[in-house]
Amino acid sequence: MKIRRDVFQAIADPTRRAIIVLIAVQAMTPNALAEHFNTSRQAVSRHIKILTECELVKQELSGREIYYHFNPKKMKEVDKWLQPLRSMWDERFAKLDNLLKKM
Amino acid sequence: MFNTTIEIIAEAGKNDFSIIREFNAPKEKVFKAFTVPEYLKQWFMPVEMAFTIEKMECKTGGSFQNHHSHANGMKFGFRGVYHEVTEPNLIIKTSEFLGLPQKMTPVLETTTFETTENGSTKVAIHSLCVSPEFRDAMIQNGMRNHLQISYGLLDNLIINL
Repeated sequence: MKIRRDVFQAIADPTRRAIIVLIAVQAMTPNALAEHFNTSRQAVSRHIKILTECELVKQELSGREIYYHFNPKKMKEVDKWLQPLRSMWDERFAKLDNLLKKM
Repeated sequence: MFNTTIEIIAEAGKNDFSIIREFNAPKEKVFKAFTVPEYLKQWFMPVEMAFTIEKMECKTGGSFQNHHSHANGMKFGFRGVYHEVTEPNLIIKTSEFLGLPQKMTPVLETTTFETTENGSTKVAIHSLCVSPEFRDAMIQNGMRNHLQISYGLLDNLIINL
């Protein structure tokens, strides 16, 4: 329960969502990542800290550089949480599709 | 080709969520499927649940009440008021969940119908709850009750509220 809440907290922020999108495409160094944002490097670091704490971002050392990696497994938790809601509406809307064909 | 994937928006710490989906029909028709009791009955509830509409005055200022019952004896329902019904574009209603021992705060639900560029209809259902906790409980447990009703899950819902 705690983990789920954290992941949701993490993705609630637009900057953090943008960070996820960027590093999901390619692992990035802190400098490379900061270049994509108008905010200070400190602000980006704070977002990274939150994303790391809830395990959406992993930091790996490659040579002398730190690289931020995206951890897609954690995003799946978000999906899993919404799964009952999605299943219910999927079922409903499939029936609605059929009804609309008959109407 | 229109997109039949459901988009669900439920951000952390917020007290609302949205369900968005496209339908391959003109919005007049989709609107009818949402607002005419005979049509609503045909899609809104899983087949294994008997869905009874006691009242459905789908017009501005009208009210509604319905319930669904499951083979195991569980009975749930919704009751509320239509604040605005503008055919074929908009439905604003408040909906109170019935069937729990405690009083539930109604949810404000806004449904919009919009014609897309490719001629399909985009439906967005926005639900505004009294608190983020209420919303989370609704998504996590309340919704699951529709699919898999059991006393255990109901207990969970009560604990979480």
